[in-house]
Amino acid sequence: MDLSSLTRKSEHEWWIPPIGAMRVPGVIYGSEALVRDMDEKVREQVMHVAMLPGIQRASYAMPDAHWGYGFPIGGVAAFDPRAGGVVSAGGVGFDISCGVRSLHTGLTADDVEPLKARLAQELSRSVPAGVGSHGRIHLDELELDAMLQGGARWAVECGYGVEADLERIEEHGCAAGAVPSAVSPRARRRQQDEMGTLGSGNHYLELQRVAEIFDARVAQSFGLSVNDVVVSIHCGSRGLGHQIGTEFLRDMAAAAPRFGLVLPDRELACAPVESEIGQRYLGAMRAGINCALANRQIITHLVRKAFQAVMPRAELTLLYDVSHNTCKLETHAVHGSTRPVFIHRKGATRSLGPGHPDLLAPFHDVGQPVLIGGTMGTESYVLVGTKESERLSFSSSCHGAGRAMSRSQALRTWKGRQVVDELASRGIVVRSPSSRGVAEEAPGAYKDVGAVVDAADAAGLSRKVARLVPLVCVKG
Amino acid sequence: MGSWEHFAHDADIGVVGTGPTKAEAFRQAALALTAVVTDPAGVKPLQSVPIACRAPTDELLLVEWLNALIYEMAVRAMLFGDFAVEIAGGELHATARGEPVDVDRHEPAVEVKGATFTALQVREGPDGWRAQCVVDV
Repeated sequence: MDLSSLTRKSEHEWWIPPIGAMRVPGVIYGSEALVRDMDEKVREQVMHVAMLPGIQRASYAMPDAHWGYGFPIGGVAAFDPRAGGVVSAGGVGFDISCGVRSLHTGLTADDVEPLKARLAQELSRSVPAGVGSHGRIHLDELELDAMLQGGARWAVECGYGVEADLERIEEHGCAAGAVPSAVSPRARRRQQDEMGTLGSGNHYLELQRVAEIFDARVAQSFGLSVNDVVVSIHCGSRGLGHQIGTEFLRDMAAAAPRFGLVLPDRELACAPVESEIGQRYLGAMRAGINCALANRQIITHLVRKAFQAVMPRAELTLLYDVSHNTCKLETHAVHGSTRPVFIHRKGATRSLGPGHPDLLAPFHDVGQPVLIGGTMGTESYVLVGTKESERLSFSSSCHGAGRAMSRSQALRTWKGRQVVDELASRGIVVRSPSSRGVAEEAPGAYKDVGAVVDAADAAGLSRKVARLVPLVCVKG
Repeated sequence: MGSWEHFAHDADIGVVGTGPTKAEAFRQAALALTAVVTDPAGVKPLQSVPIACRAPTDELLLVEWLNALIYEMAVRAMLFGDFAVEIAGGELHATARGEPVDVDRHEPAVEVKGATFTALQVREGPDGWRAQCVVDV
């Protein structure tokens, strides 16, 4: 990105002053190097989002922002329905409520080391992953409705987990306002065989070792110590969410002229929050959030069973579960008053700071965990939400590393076997049904997640708590 | 005849089909879609799936066509390597031929979530038709 087109407000905050049809400024967070490396399309997309009706304060991009669809990935925007604000299917994306869940194991790396290969085998056998894989749970229409309404709570009531899990999932594991009848028959059909599946691409299931603690007080509060082993799960709402995104993107783009919406990019497909299609999307999208929460809950259950088979003394309890592709109704300060706004986070993680009224009880005094996925060969991070992120970014932070290289280029650069062997030589066990998939997901194809979280920390969006390194990675 | 290729997108991948006719460009775009997942030449045409879709513009028809294929791939757990495509009056009628996913043989790299409006283009130029968009993986 051409830095001369930006106004530098501080070391890690870059502004795009409102011009033309922009209703608010654009704000990009990141170090000079990160922002310079961003595609020009990010600037263009931040500006386009700033043109949408009812947008409040600014159109934001997190330090891991990259070229997305309409919204940049790493984009955050809030819309006030009383000011004609919109809800955007493009602003949430195809993988509704894609997110990260991390679990304590009660084990140390020394405990796990001798059984790493067996654990990897058992986990890859237990959790279906990859193209064409099917889950072992099949829901009829009534069960599907109950799942879409209840999310992780439904899963726990079905025996996939325990009540205590719900105390450590955003909204206690259930998005309010889901409308299962707004989910089309095709979206339902697409989910029929996919409950409890991991998916493919950048989705993963990892065993990770806590390699470094940056904030001892918060780490202690989160229950993290050096050498602890945690499990992290990265996946979303599977085929159901993808189909909801596909259908509403098309229908909102077609409906836009009826609302007098002139979209600078068709991918910004949106509708007034109060419109029939806007309300229908919110109902379907919330059902999609519940599908993702139920899916991660079922996978948690499968992971627990796998551990039970290999290391029965392991005790898997939730650290937290975050979603990074969502639109949520939240209350925020805007121009001196607090008001309800619809916050779109497209590849961005909520980052509530200490004392925030929406925090779950275990995190009230320190702020919420912000779980940041890396690559199978590098590292992941646990951060904590900050009070100032409310002012800076509607309580939002980054979500991951972001690709530095296209899939085609990665495939030309690495062979899957070579990646698996190289990681094995570093003590990382990789299990995947697809050698090509591993090559496309090679750690070198991603940006430096460390630079991203450093920037998020320095900008005040969230604070670093712990660094996690992979021991076992199961990929689709 | 036509050809297909991919183009780079930060997070995902672009698919392009070209050909002397619009239908051929759409057929090639479908091969490019399969190639995101696996080598289309390695997919045996054992089962046929009829597909029909319509849209008010050529560009939206391309998105509908690719999304119809993505849907069929997902719900049937199939891959398609051979396509017959006809387009007339904003309607597309096609037959996609393929087989169930064989993980060992196909080594499927990634599932496609949906076709997007990003870099969406269907146009006729001096060298024939070109149909392209980015797909989310």
